[in-house]
Amino acid sequence: MEHLVRVKELTKNFGELVAVDHVTFEVEKGEIFGFLGPNGAGKSTTIAMLTTLLQPTSGEAYINGFSVLKDKDDVRRSIGLVFQDPSLDDRLTAEENLRFHARLYGVPGAEYQKRMREVLELVELWDRKDHIVRTFSGGMKRRLEIARGLIHYPKLLFLDEPTLGLDPQTRNHLWEYVIQLKRTHGMTIFMTTHYMQEAEYCDRIAIIDVGRIKALDTPAGLKKTVGDDLITVKPADMARLKAEIKEKFGLEATPDGEDLEIRVPDGDKFLPRLLHESETPIQTVALRKPTLDDVFIKVTGKKIRDAEASALDRMRNHHHGRRMHP
Amino acid sequence: MNGHSLQAITVVAERELIRYWRDKPRILSTMFQPLMFLFVFGSGLQSSLSRGNFGIDFLQFMYPGIVAMSIMGVAFFSTISTVWDREFGFLKEILVAPVSRTCIALGKMSGAAIIASLQGVVLLGIAPLVGVKLHWSMIPALYFFMILLAFAIAGLGLFIASVVRTIENFSVIMNLLVFPMFFLSGAFFPLTAVPKWMAVVSSLNALSYGVDAMRQIMLGEQVAAGALSHLVLRPVAADMALLVVFGLTFLFAAVIAFDRRN
Repeated sequence: MEHLVRVKELTKNFGELVAVDHVTFEVEKGEIFGFLGPNGAGKSTTIAMLTTLLQPTSGEAYINGFSVLKDKDDVRRSIGLVFQDPSLDDRLTAEENLRFHARLYGVPGAEYQKRMREVLELVELWDRKDHIVRTFSGGMKRRLEIARGLIHYPKLLFLDEPTLGLDPQTRNHLWEYVIQLKRTHGMTIFMTTHYMQEAEYCDRIAIIDVGRIKALDTPAGLKKTVGDDLITVKPADMARLKAEIKEKFGLEATPDGEDLEIRVPDGDKFLPRLLHESETPIQTVALRKPTLDDVFIKVTGKKIRDAEASALDRMRNHHHGRRMHP
Repeated sequence: MNGHSLQAITVVAERELIRYWRDKPRILSTMFQPLMFLFVFGSGLQSSLSRGNFGIDFLQFMYPGIVAMSIMGVAFFSTISTVWDREFGFLKEILVAPVSRTCIALGKMSGAAIIASLQGVVLLGIAPLVGVKLHWSMIPALYFFMILLAFAIAGLGLFIASVVRTIENFSVIMNLLVFPMFFLSGAFFPLTAVPKWMAVVSSLNALSYGVDAMRQIMLGEQVAAGALSHLVLRPVAADMALLVVFGLTFLFAAVIAFDRRN
Protein backbone atom coordinates (compact mmCIF):
# COMPACT_ATOMS: atom_id res chain seq x y z
CA MET A 1 0.00 0.00 0.00
CA GLU A 2 1.27 3.43 -0.96
CA HIS A 3 1.70 5.92 1.85
CA LEU A 4 0.54 9.37 0.94
CA VAL A 5 1.41 10.76 4.34
CA ARG A 6 4.37 9.63 6.40
CA VAL A 7 4.90 11.23 9.78
CA LYS A 8 7.79 10.38 12.04
CA GLU A 9 8.27 11.60 15.59
CA LEU A 10 6.61 14.91 14.77
CA THR A 11 6.74 17.31 17.71
CA LYS A 12 5.68 20.87 18.38
CA ASN A 13 6.43 22.78 21.54
CA PHE A 14 5.09 26.19 22.40
CA GLY A 15 7.52 27.19 25.10
CA GLU A 16 7.00 24.59 27.80
CA LEU A 17 3.73 23.34 26.40
CA VAL A 18 4.13 20.21 24.28
CA ALA A 19 1.25 20.51 21.84
CA VAL A 20 2.23 17.56 19.67
CA ASP A 21 4.45 14.92 21.24
CA HIS A 22 6.49 12.57 19.00
CA VAL A 23 3.64 11.56 16.76
CA THR A 24 4.24 8.80 14.19
CA PHE A 25 1.74 7.47 11.66
CA GLU A 26 1.02 6.87 7.99
CA VAL A 27 -1.95 7.56 5.79
CA GLU A 28 -2.62 5.20 2.91
CA LYS A 29 -3.72 6.23 -0.52
CA GLY A 30 -7.49 6.30 -0.95
CA GLU A 31 -8.48 6.07 2.70
CA ILE A 32 -10.37 8.38 4.99
CA PHE A 33 -8.05 8.85 7.92
CA GLY A 34 -9.33 10.55 11.04
CA PHE A 35 -7.81 12.27 14.02
CA LEU A 36 -10.22 11.93 16.91
CA GLY A 37 -9.64 13.89 20.06
CA PRO A 38 -10.85 16.71 22.25
CA ASN A 39 -10.23 20.36 21.40
CA GLY A 40 -6.71 21.23 22.41
CA ALA A 41 -5.42 17.67 21.94
CA GLY A 42 -3.04 18.76 19.17
CA LYS A 43 -5.12 17.88 16.10
CA SER A 44 -5.08 21.30 14.48
CA THR A 45 -1.45 21.85 15.41
CA THR A 46 -0.56 18.62 13.61
CA ILE A 47 -2.56 19.71 10.56
CA ALA A 48 -0.87 23.12 10.62
CA MET A 49 2.53 21.39 10.51
CA LEU A 50 1.50 18.95 7.77
CA THR A 51 0.18 21.80 5.66
CA THR A 52 3.41 23.84 6.08
CA LEU A 53 1.68 26.58 8.07
CA LEU A 54 3.66 25.82 11.21
CA GLN A 55 7.30 24.89 11.65
CA PRO A 56 7.71 21.64 13.66
CA THR A 57 10.01 21.69 16.67
CA SER A 58 11.41 18.30 15.66
CA GLY A 59 10.59 15.21 13.66
CA GLU A 60 9.73 14.89 10.00
CA ALA A 61 6.73 14.52 7.75
CA TYR A 62 6.29 13.71 4.07
CA ILE A 63 3.23 14.37 1.96
CA ASN A 64 3.03 12.77 -1.44
CA GLY A 65 6.76 12.11 -1.03
CA PHE A 66 7.62 15.77 -0.34
CA SER A 67 9.09 17.02 2.92
CA VAL A 68 6.96 19.56 4.76
CA LEU A 69 10.19 21.16 5.91
CA LYS A 70 12.04 21.42 2.62
CA ASP A 71 9.61 21.16 -0.29
CA LYS A 72 6.90 23.47 0.98
CA ASP A 73 5.54 24.53 -2.39
CA ASP A 74 5.35 20.92 -3.63
CA VAL A 75 3.51 19.93 -0.45
CA ARG A 76 1.14 22.86 -0.90
CA ARG A 77 0.38 21.86 -4.47
CA SER A 78 -0.36 18.30 -3.34
CA ILE A 79 -2.97 19.19 -0.77
CA GLY A 80 -6.40 20.74 -0.55
CA LEU A 81 -7.39 22.26 2.73
CA VAL A 82 -10.66 23.03 4.43
CA PHE A 83 -9.92 24.98 7.58
CA GLN A 84 -11.71 24.76 10.86
CA ASP A 85 -12.72 28.43 10.69
CA PRO A 86 -14.26 30.06 7.64
CA SER A 87 -11.67 31.24 5.14
CA LEU A 88 -13.66 32.53 2.19
CA ASP A 89 -13.69 36.12 1.01
CA ASP A 90 -17.35 36.84 1.60
CA ARG A 91 -17.31 40.04 -0.46
CA LEU A 92 -16.51 38.01 -3.56
CA THR A 93 -18.80 35.68 -5.47
CA ALA A 94 -18.44 31.91 -5.27
CA GLU A 95 -16.83 31.88 -8.70
CA GLU A 96 -14.38 34.66 -7.79
CA ASN A 97 -13.27 32.75 -4.72
CA LEU A 98 -12.57 29.72 -6.90
CA ARG A 99 -10.82 31.77 -9.56
CA PHE A 100 -8.55 33.37 -6.98
CA HIS A 101 -7.60 29.97 -5.62
CA ALA A 102 -7.12 28.38 -9.05
CA ARG A 103 -4.78 31.14 -10.20
CA LEU A 104 -2.75 31.02 -6.99
CA TYR A 105 -2.29 27.30 -7.61
CA GLY A 106 -1.41 27.84 -11.26
CA VAL A 107 -4.42 26.08 -12.81
CA PRO A 108 -4.29 26.95 -16.54
CA GLY A 109 -6.99 29.37 -17.72
CA ALA A 110 -8.52 27.00 -20.28
CA GLU A 111 -8.70 24.20 -17.76
CA TYR A 112 -10.20 26.42 -15.07
CA GLN A 113 -13.69 26.80 -16.61
CA LYS A 114 -14.10 23.05 -16.87
CA ARG A 115 -12.91 22.35 -13.34
CA MET A 116 -14.88 25.21 -11.83
CA ARG A 117 -18.09 23.74 -13.20
CA GLU A 118 -17.08 20.26 -12.13
CA VAL A 119 -16.37 21.13 -8.47
CA LEU A 120 -19.36 23.44 -8.15
CA GLU A 121 -21.65 20.76 -9.51
CA LEU A 122 -20.17 18.26 -7.09
CA VAL A 123 -21.16 20.41 -4.12
CA GLU A 124 -24.40 21.54 -5.81
CA LEU A 125 -23.55 25.22 -5.98
CA TRP A 126 -23.32 25.64 -9.73
CA ASP A 127 -26.49 27.73 -9.90
CA ARG A 128 -25.13 30.00 -7.16
CA LYS A 129 -21.77 30.68 -8.73
CA ASP A 130 -22.38 34.39 -9.29
CA HIS A 131 -23.79 35.07 -5.85
CA ILE A 132 -21.81 36.98 -3.24
CA VAL A 133 -20.61 34.56 -0.57
CA ARG A 134 -21.92 36.78 2.23
CA THR A 135 -25.44 35.67 1.30
CA PHE A 136 -24.58 31.97 1.75
CA SER A 137 -25.60 29.81 4.70
CA GLY A 138 -22.96 28.13 6.86
CA GLY A 139 -23.45 24.84 5.05
CA MET A 140 -23.11 26.43 1.63
CA LYS A 141 -19.91 28.17 2.65
CA ARG A 142 -18.47 24.88 3.84
CA ARG A 143 -19.39 23.20 0.57
CA LEU A 144 -17.80 26.03 -1.38
CA GLU A 145 -14.65 25.61 0.68
CA ILE A 146 -14.57 21.93 -0.23
CA ALA A 147 -15.02 22.82 -3.91
CA ARG A 148 -12.19 25.31 -3.59
CA GLY A 149 -9.96 22.75 -1.92
CA LEU A 150 -10.48 20.41 -4.88
CA ILE A 151 -10.09 22.72 -7.87
CA HIS A 152 -6.34 22.27 -8.15
CA TYR A 153 -6.80 18.48 -8.10
CA PRO A 154 -4.95 17.74 -4.87
CA LYS A 155 -3.80 14.24 -3.98
CA LEU A 156 -4.94 14.68 -0.42
CA LEU A 157 -7.76 16.66 1.12
CA PHE A 158 -7.44 17.94 4.68
CA LEU A 159 -10.67 18.59 6.51
CA ASP A 160 -10.13 20.22 9.89
CA GLU A 161 -13.35 19.79 11.89
CA PRO A 162 -15.34 20.11 8.68
CA THR A 163 -18.78 19.97 10.25
CA LEU A 164 -18.18 22.27 13.21
CA GLY A 165 -21.14 24.59 13.69
CA LEU A 166 -23.31 22.93 11.05
CA ASP A 167 -26.78 21.56 11.71
CA PRO A 168 -27.20 17.74 11.68
CA GLN A 169 -28.86 17.65 8.27
CA THR A 170 -26.13 19.70 6.59
CA ARG A 171 -23.59 17.59 8.40
CA ASN A 172 -24.94 14.36 6.92
CA HIS A 173 -25.12 15.98 3.51
CA LEU A 174 -21.50 17.00 3.76
CA TRP A 175 -20.49 13.48 4.59
CA GLU A 176 -22.22 12.25 1.46
CA TYR A 177 -19.91 14.47 -0.61
CA VAL A 178 -16.86 13.29 1.24
CA ILE A 179 -17.70 9.63 0.79
CA GLN A 180 -18.55 10.26 -2.85
CA LEU A 181 -15.16 11.88 -3.31
CA LYS A 182 -13.46 8.84 -1.93
CA ARG A 183 -15.52 6.37 -3.96
CA THR A 184 -15.59 8.04 -7.34
CA HIS A 185 -12.33 10.01 -7.30
CA GLY A 186 -10.23 7.79 -5.09
CA MET A 187 -9.44 10.87 -3.02
CA THR A 188 -7.43 10.43 0.15
CA ILE A 189 -8.94 12.35 3.03
CA PHE A 190 -7.32 13.38 6.29
CA MET A 191 -9.80 14.76 8.77
CA THR A 192 -10.01 15.79 12.37
CA THR A 193 -13.07 15.65 14.53
CA HIS A 194 -14.15 15.55 18.10
CA TYR A 195 -17.49 13.99 17.23
CA MET A 196 -17.44 10.24 17.85
CA GLN A 197 -20.26 9.76 15.40
CA GLU A 198 -18.24 11.26 12.57
CA ALA A 199 -15.18 9.22 13.32
CA GLU A 200 -17.25 6.19 12.32
CA TYR A 201 -17.03 7.30 8.68
CA CYS A 202 -13.27 6.93 8.74
CA ASP A 203 -11.43 3.89 7.46
CA ARG A 204 -8.88 4.33 10.22
CA ILE A 205 -8.82 6.51 13.30
CA ALA A 206 -6.02 7.79 15.45
CA ILE A 207 -7.17 8.73 18.92
CA ILE A 208 -5.15 11.68 20.07
CA ASP A 209 -4.98 13.17 23.54
CA VAL A 210 -2.51 15.56 25.17
CA GLY A 211 -0.48 15.62 21.96
CA ARG A 212 -0.02 11.87 21.68
CA ILE A 213 -1.57 9.11 19.59
CA LYS A 214 -3.13 6.74 22.09
CA ALA A 215 -4.56 4.22 19.64
CA LEU A 216 -4.73 3.76 15.87
CA ASP A 217 -6.93 1.26 14.06
CA THR A 218 -10.16 0.81 12.11
CA PRO A 219 -13.29 1.82 14.06
CA ALA A 220 -14.24 -1.88 14.37
CA GLY A 221 -10.73 -2.82 15.44
CA LEU A 222 -10.68 -0.12 18.10
CA LYS A 223 -14.04 -1.19 19.48
CA LYS A 224 -12.87 -4.78 19.72
CA THR A 225 -10.18 -3.73 22.15
CA VAL A 226 -12.81 -2.46 24.57
CA GLY A 227 -14.45 -5.82 24.99
CA ASP A 228 -17.68 -7.63 24.34
CA ASP A 229 -21.14 -6.46 23.44
CA LEU A 230 -23.52 -6.01 26.30
CA ILE A 231 -27.01 -7.57 26.16
CA THR A 232 -29.48 -6.49 28.82
CA VAL A 233 -32.71 -8.46 29.19
CA LYS A 234 -35.58 -8.17 31.63
CA PRO A 235 -36.87 -11.67 32.25
CA ALA A 236 -40.13 -12.68 33.93
CA ASP A 237 -38.14 -15.10 36.05
CA MET A 238 -34.59 -14.02 36.76
CA ALA A 239 -33.23 -17.24 38.27
CA ARG A 240 -34.73 -19.43 35.62
CA LEU A 241 -33.31 -17.47 32.71
CA LYS A 242 -29.90 -17.24 34.36
CA ALA A 243 -29.82 -21.00 34.71
CA GLU A 244 -31.09 -21.52 31.20
CA ILE A 245 -28.37 -19.32 29.69
CA LYS A 246 -25.77 -21.17 31.69
CA GLU A 247 -27.09 -24.48 30.46
CA LYS A 248 -27.69 -23.69 26.80
CA PHE A 249 -24.87 -21.27 25.96
CA GLY A 250 -22.40 -21.85 28.77
CA LEU A 251 -22.48 -18.16 29.64
CA GLU A 252 -22.52 -16.50 33.04
CA ALA A 253 -25.19 -13.78 33.17
CA THR A 254 -25.05 -11.16 35.93
CA PRO A 255 -28.17 -9.72 37.53
CA ASP A 256 -28.44 -5.95 37.73
CA GLY A 257 -31.62 -4.91 39.53
CA GLU A 258 -34.48 -6.36 37.55
CA ASP A 259 -32.22 -6.90 34.54
CA LEU A 260 -29.85 -9.59 33.54
CA GLU A 261 -26.63 -8.64 31.76
CA ILE A 262 -24.86 -10.94 29.32
CA ARG A 263 -21.50 -10.18 27.73
CA VAL A 264 -20.77 -11.75 24.35
CA PRO A 265 -18.39 -10.93 21.48
CA ASP A 266 -21.04 -10.82 18.72
CA GLY A 267 -24.18 -9.52 20.33
CA ASP A 268 -26.05 -9.05 17.09
CA LYS A 269 -25.65 -12.74 16.24
CA PHE A 270 -26.20 -14.01 19.76
CA LEU A 271 -29.36 -12.05 20.50
CA PRO A 272 -31.62 -13.79 17.92
CA ARG A 273 -30.41 -17.17 19.19
CA LEU A 274 -31.13 -16.22 22.75
CA LEU A 275 -34.66 -15.08 21.91
CA HIS A 276 -35.31 -18.12 19.80
CA GLU A 277 -33.95 -20.76 22.15
CA SER A 278 -34.82 -19.52 25.61
CA GLU A 279 -38.06 -20.80 27.06
CA THR A 280 -38.27 -18.21 29.85
CA PRO A 281 -40.39 -15.25 28.70
CA ILE A 282 -38.35 -12.06 28.14
CA GLN A 283 -40.07 -8.70 28.61
CA THR A 284 -37.50 -6.22 27.28
CA VAL A 285 -34.19 -6.52 25.52
CA ALA A 286 -31.34 -4.12 24.72
CA LEU A 287 -28.10 -4.62 22.84
CA ARG A 288 -25.25 -2.25 23.37
CA LYS A 289 -22.13 -2.52 21.26
CA PRO A 290 -18.95 -0.79 22.37
CA THR A 291 -18.78 2.73 20.98
CA LEU A 292 -15.81 4.91 20.18
CA ASP A 293 -16.74 6.72 23.39
CA ASP A 294 -15.92 3.52 25.27
CA VAL A 295 -12.68 3.25 23.32
CA PHE A 296 -11.82 6.82 24.15
CA ILE A 297 -12.47 6.28 27.84
CA LYS A 298 -10.40 3.13 27.79
CA VAL A 299 -7.33 4.58 26.07
CA THR A 300 -7.32 8.02 27.68
CA GLY A 301 -8.93 7.21 31.01
CA LYS A 302 -11.54 9.94 30.63
CA LYS A 303 -14.60 11.00 28.66
CA ILE A 304 -13.97 13.23 25.66
CA ARG A 305 -15.83 16.09 27.32
CA ASP A 306 -13.63 15.95 30.40
CA ALA A 307 -10.54 15.62 28.23
CA GLU A 308 -11.65 18.75 26.43
CA ALA A 309 -11.98 20.73 29.63
CA SER A 310 -8.55 19.70 30.87
CA ALA A 311 -6.96 20.41 27.50
CA LEU A 312 -8.42 23.91 27.51
CA ASP A 313 -7.08 24.46 31.00
CA ARG A 314 -3.71 23.33 29.83
CA MET A 315 -3.78 25.90 27.05
CA ARG A 316 -5.13 28.67 29.21
CA ASN A 317 -2.43 28.10 31.75
CA HIS A 318 0.07 28.57 29.04
CA HIS A 319 0.72 31.99 27.63
CA HIS A 320 1.34 30.85 24.08
CA GLY A 321 -1.60 28.52 23.91
CA ARG A 322 -3.71 31.03 22.06
CA ARG A 323 -1.12 31.89 19.50
CA MET A 324 -0.79 28.53 17.92
CA HIS A 325 -2.20 29.36 14.52
CA PRO A 326 -1.80 32.18 12.07
CA MET B 1 10.04 35.75 -11.97
CA ASN B 2 8.06 33.08 -13.80
CA GLY B 3 4.58 33.02 -15.27
CA HIS B 4 3.01 31.52 -12.19
CA SER B 5 4.40 34.25 -9.92
CA LEU B 6 3.10 36.90 -12.27
CA GLN B 7 -0.30 35.20 -12.35
CA ALA B 8 -0.33 35.15 -8.54
CA ILE B 9 0.57 38.85 -8.27
CA THR B 10 -2.14 39.73 -10.78
CA VAL B 11 -4.86 37.77 -9.06
CA VAL B 12 -4.02 39.17 -5.61
CA ALA B 13 -4.16 42.68 -7.09
CA GLU B 14 -7.36 41.90 -8.97
CA ARG B 15 -9.06 40.84 -5.75
CA GLU B 16 -8.17 44.19 -4.16
CA LEU B 17 -9.74 46.00 -7.12
CA ILE B 18 -12.94 43.94 -7.00
CA ARG B 19 -13.31 44.54 -3.28
CA TYR B 20 -12.67 48.26 -3.71
CA TRP B 21 -15.22 48.55 -6.50
CA ARG B 22 -17.91 46.80 -4.40
CA ASP B 23 -17.33 49.18 -1.49
CA LYS B 24 -19.04 52.31 -2.80
CA PRO B 25 -19.15 54.24 0.51
CA ARG B 26 -15.39 53.91 0.73
CA ILE B 27 -14.94 55.30 -2.78
CA LEU B 28 -17.15 58.28 -1.95
CA SER B 29 -15.48 59.07 1.37
CA THR B 30 -11.95 58.88 -0.01
CA MET B 31 -12.99 61.18 -2.87
CA PHE B 32 -14.55 63.65 -0.52
CA GLN B 33 -11.60 64.09 1.82
CA PRO B 34 -9.12 65.71 -0.60
CA LEU B 35 -11.81 68.01 -1.95
CA MET B 36 -12.56 69.15 1.57
CA PHE B 37 -8.89 69.85 2.24
CA LEU B 38 -8.52 71.75 -0.97
CA PHE B 39 -11.58 73.93 -0.76
CA VAL B 40 -11.90 74.53 2.96
CA PHE B 41 -8.25 74.67 3.92
CA GLY B 42 -7.03 76.07 0.63
CA SER B 43 -9.65 78.79 0.26
CA GLY B 44 -9.35 79.76 3.91
CA LEU B 45 -5.61 80.20 3.78
CA GLN B 46 -5.55 81.69 0.33
CA SER B 47 -7.02 85.02 1.41
CA SER B 48 -4.72 85.49 4.37
CA LEU B 49 -1.65 84.37 2.47
CA SER B 50 -2.33 86.42 -0.65
CA ARG B 51 -0.60 89.41 0.96
CA GLY B 52 2.64 87.49 1.31
CA ASN B 53 5.17 87.37 -1.47
CA PHE B 54 5.07 83.78 -2.68
CA GLY B 55 5.02 84.50 -6.38
CA ILE B 56 2.52 81.67 -6.61
CA ASP B 57 -1.15 81.26 -5.86
CA PHE B 58 -1.74 79.23 -2.69
CA LEU B 59 -4.30 76.91 -4.28
CA GLN B 60 -1.88 76.25 -7.11
CA PHE B 61 0.81 75.56 -4.56
CA MET B 62 -1.33 73.22 -2.53
CA TYR B 63 -2.99 71.29 -5.34
CA PRO B 64 -0.13 68.83 -6.18
CA GLY B 65 0.25 68.17 -2.46
CA ILE B 66 -3.44 67.40 -2.08
CA VAL B 67 -3.31 64.95 -4.97
CA ALA B 68 -0.30 63.24 -3.39
CA MET B 69 -1.94 63.19 0.04
CA SER B 70 -5.05 61.64 -1.36
CA ILE B 71 -2.97 58.95 -3.03
CA MET B 72 -1.22 58.27 0.21
CA GLY B 73 -4.51 58.06 2.13
CA VAL B 74 -6.03 55.58 -0.30
CA ALA B 75 -2.90 53.45 -0.63
CA PHE B 76 -2.41 53.32 3.12
CA PHE B 77 -6.01 52.48 3.78
CA SER B 78 -6.02 49.76 1.13
CA THR B 79 -3.41 47.74 2.99
CA ILE B 80 -5.81 47.37 5.89
CA SER B 81 -7.27 44.55 3.80
CA THR B 82 -4.36 42.38 4.95
CA VAL B 83 -5.32 42.84 8.60
CA TRP B 84 -8.89 42.22 7.60
CA ASP B 85 -7.87 39.00 5.84
CA ARG B 86 -6.14 37.86 8.99
CA GLU B 87 -9.13 38.58 11.19
CA PHE B 88 -11.61 36.91 8.89
CA GLY B 89 -9.51 33.85 8.12
CA PHE B 90 -8.83 34.50 4.45
CA LEU B 91 -5.13 35.01 5.10
CA LYS B 92 -4.70 31.28 5.76
CA GLU B 93 -6.02 30.55 2.30
CA ILE B 94 -3.33 32.84 0.91
CA LEU B 95 -0.52 31.59 3.15
CA VAL B 96 -1.05 27.95 2.29
CA ALA B 97 -0.92 28.56 -1.47
CA PRO B 98 2.23 27.52 -3.36
CA VAL B 99 3.26 31.14 -3.90
CA SER B 100 6.06 33.13 -2.28
CA ARG B 101 5.23 35.75 0.32
CA THR B 102 6.98 38.32 -1.86
CA CYS B 103 4.49 37.70 -4.68
CA ILE B 104 1.59 38.09 -2.27
CA ALA B 105 3.03 41.36 -0.95
CA LEU B 106 3.71 42.63 -4.47
CA GLY B 107 0.15 41.79 -5.45
CA LYS B 108 -1.29 43.62 -2.46
CA MET B 109 0.92 46.64 -3.14
CA SER B 110 0.06 46.67 -6.84
CA GLY B 111 -3.65 46.54 -6.04
CA ALA B 112 -3.30 49.45 -3.64
CA ALA B 113 -1.21 51.37 -6.17
CA ILE B 114 -3.76 50.91 -8.94
CA ILE B 115 -6.69 51.96 -6.74
CA ALA B 116 -4.85 55.00 -5.38
CA SER B 117 -3.57 56.15 -8.76
CA LEU B 118 -7.02 55.84 -10.33
CA GLN B 119 -8.34 58.09 -7.62
CA GLY B 120 -5.44 60.46 -8.30
CA VAL B 121 -6.39 60.61 -11.97
CA VAL B 122 -9.96 61.54 -11.03
CA LEU B 123 -8.58 64.37 -8.89
CA LEU B 124 -6.63 65.68 -11.87
CA GLY B 125 -10.02 66.52 -13.34
CA ILE B 126 -10.50 69.38 -10.90
CA ALA B 127 -7.20 71.05 -11.80
CA PRO B 128 -8.86 73.82 -13.84
CA LEU B 129 -11.02 74.77 -10.85
CA VAL B 130 -7.95 75.63 -8.78
CA GLY B 131 -6.18 77.44 -11.57
CA VAL B 132 -3.71 74.71 -12.47
CA LYS B 133 -3.38 74.15 -16.17
CA LEU B 134 -2.46 70.57 -16.92
CA HIS B 135 -1.09 69.62 -20.26
CA TRP B 136 -1.60 66.14 -21.72
CA SER B 137 2.13 65.69 -21.92
CA MET B 138 2.39 65.86 -18.12
CA ILE B 139 -0.01 63.01 -17.54
CA PRO B 140 2.38 60.05 -18.10
CA ALA B 141 4.97 61.47 -15.69
CA LEU B 142 2.29 62.36 -13.14
CA TYR B 143 0.74 58.92 -13.38
CA PHE B 144 4.14 57.32 -13.02
CA PHE B 145 4.72 59.20 -9.77
CA MET B 146 1.26 58.42 -8.51
CA ILE B 147 1.95 54.71 -8.95
CA LEU B 148 5.39 55.02 -7.40
CA LEU B 149 4.16 56.99 -4.39
CA ALA B 150 1.21 54.66 -3.85
CA PHE B 151 3.53 51.67 -4.08
CA ALA B 152 5.91 53.11 -1.49
CA ILE B 153 3.10 53.98 0.92
CA ALA B 154 1.44 50.60 0.39
CA GLY B 155 4.78 49.02 1.35
CA LEU B 156 4.74 50.94 4.61
CA GLY B 157 1.11 50.01 5.19
CA LEU B 158 1.78 46.36 4.50
CA PHE B 159 4.67 46.37 6.93
CA ILE B 160 2.42 47.73 9.67
CA ALA B 161 -0.29 45.25 8.69
CA SER B 162 2.18 42.41 9.08
CA VAL B 163 3.12 43.48 12.61
CA VAL B 164 -0.21 44.47 14.18
CA ARG B 165 -2.79 42.06 15.46
CA THR B 166 -6.14 43.75 14.96
CA ILE B 167 -7.88 46.25 12.73
CA GLU B 168 -8.13 48.64 15.68
CA ASN B 169 -4.36 48.56 16.17
CA PHE B 170 -3.81 49.20 12.51
CA SER B 171 -6.16 52.20 12.56
CA VAL B 172 -4.43 53.65 15.60
CA ILE B 173 -0.99 53.41 14.03
CA MET B 174 -2.29 54.68 10.71
CA ASN B 175 -3.82 57.77 12.31
CA LEU B 176 -0.67 58.30 14.33
CA LEU B 177 1.41 58.33 11.14
CA VAL B 178 -0.92 59.91 8.61
CA PHE B 179 -1.19 63.40 10.11
CA PRO B 180 2.51 63.98 10.78
CA MET B 181 3.19 62.66 7.30
CA PHE B 182 0.59 65.03 5.83
CA PHE B 183 1.90 68.06 7.68
CA LEU B 184 5.56 67.31 7.03
CA SER B 185 5.04 66.52 3.37
CA GLY B 186 5.39 69.99 1.95
CA ALA B 187 1.78 69.95 0.84
CA PHE B 188 0.73 72.88 3.06
CA PHE B 189 3.96 74.83 3.35
CA PRO B 190 7.31 74.58 1.58
CA LEU B 191 9.92 72.49 3.37
CA THR B 192 12.73 74.63 2.03
CA ALA B 193 12.67 77.11 4.91
CA VAL B 194 11.87 75.06 8.00
CA PRO B 195 13.79 74.31 11.21
CA LYS B 196 16.53 71.74 10.92
CA TRP B 197 14.68 68.99 12.85
CA MET B 198 11.68 69.36 10.62
CA ALA B 199 13.80 69.10 7.50
CA VAL B 200 15.40 65.93 8.84
CA VAL B 201 12.10 64.29 9.78
CA SER B 202 10.47 65.21 6.51
CA SER B 203 13.40 63.87 4.52
CA LEU B 204 12.34 60.41 5.79
CA ASN B 205 8.78 60.98 4.71
CA ALA B 206 7.94 59.27 1.42
CA LEU B 207 4.99 61.58 0.93
CA SER B 208 7.36 64.56 0.70
CA TYR B 209 9.19 62.91 -2.22
CA GLY B 210 5.90 62.49 -4.05
CA VAL B 211 4.72 66.03 -3.32
CA ASP B 212 8.05 67.46 -4.42
CA ALA B 213 8.11 65.56 -7.71
CA MET B 214 4.46 66.13 -8.59
CA ARG B 215 4.68 69.84 -7.82
CA GLN B 216 7.62 70.24 -10.18
CA ILE B 217 5.85 68.32 -12.94
CA MET B 218 2.55 70.19 -12.59
CA LEU B 219 3.78 73.69 -12.00
CA GLY B 220 7.06 73.67 -13.90
CA GLU B 221 5.62 75.36 -16.95
CA GLN B 222 3.19 77.81 -15.39
CA VAL B 223 5.05 79.34 -12.49
CA ALA B 224 8.04 81.60 -12.75
CA ALA B 225 11.17 79.48 -12.48
CA GLY B 226 12.45 81.72 -9.69
CA ALA B 227 9.32 81.24 -7.60
CA LEU B 228 9.38 77.46 -8.03
CA SER B 229 13.05 77.07 -7.21
CA HIS B 230 12.33 78.37 -3.67
CA LEU B 231 9.91 75.54 -3.14
CA VAL B 232 11.75 72.60 -4.63
CA LEU B 233 13.69 70.14 -2.48
CA ARG B 234 15.55 68.04 -5.01
CA PRO B 235 15.52 66.98 -8.67
CA VAL B 236 12.63 64.81 -9.83
CA ALA B 237 14.98 61.91 -10.55
CA ALA B 238 16.18 61.95 -6.93
CA ASP B 239 12.58 61.88 -5.69
CA MET B 240 11.99 58.88 -7.92
CA ALA B 241 15.01 57.02 -6.58
CA LEU B 242 13.99 57.75 -2.97
CA LEU B 243 10.47 56.48 -3.57
CA VAL B 244 11.79 53.25 -5.07
CA VAL B 245 14.15 52.70 -2.14
CA PHE B 246 11.41 53.48 0.38
CA GLY B 247 8.96 51.10 -1.30
CA LEU B 248 11.39 48.22 -1.65
CA THR B 249 12.67 48.61 1.93
CA PHE B 250 9.21 48.25 3.36
CA LEU B 251 8.26 45.51 0.93
CA PHE B 252 11.10 43.36 2.22
CA ALA B 253 10.54 44.39 5.82
CA ALA B 254 6.90 43.36 5.45
CA VAL B 255 7.81 39.98 3.94
CA ILE B 256 10.32 39.27 6.72
CA ALA B 257 7.92 40.37 9.46
CA PHE B 258 5.27 38.20 7.88
CA ASP B 259 7.44 35.12 7.73
CA ARG B 260 8.52 35.58 11.32
CA ARG B 261 4.98 35.81 12.50
CA ASN B 262 3.50 32.92 10.60
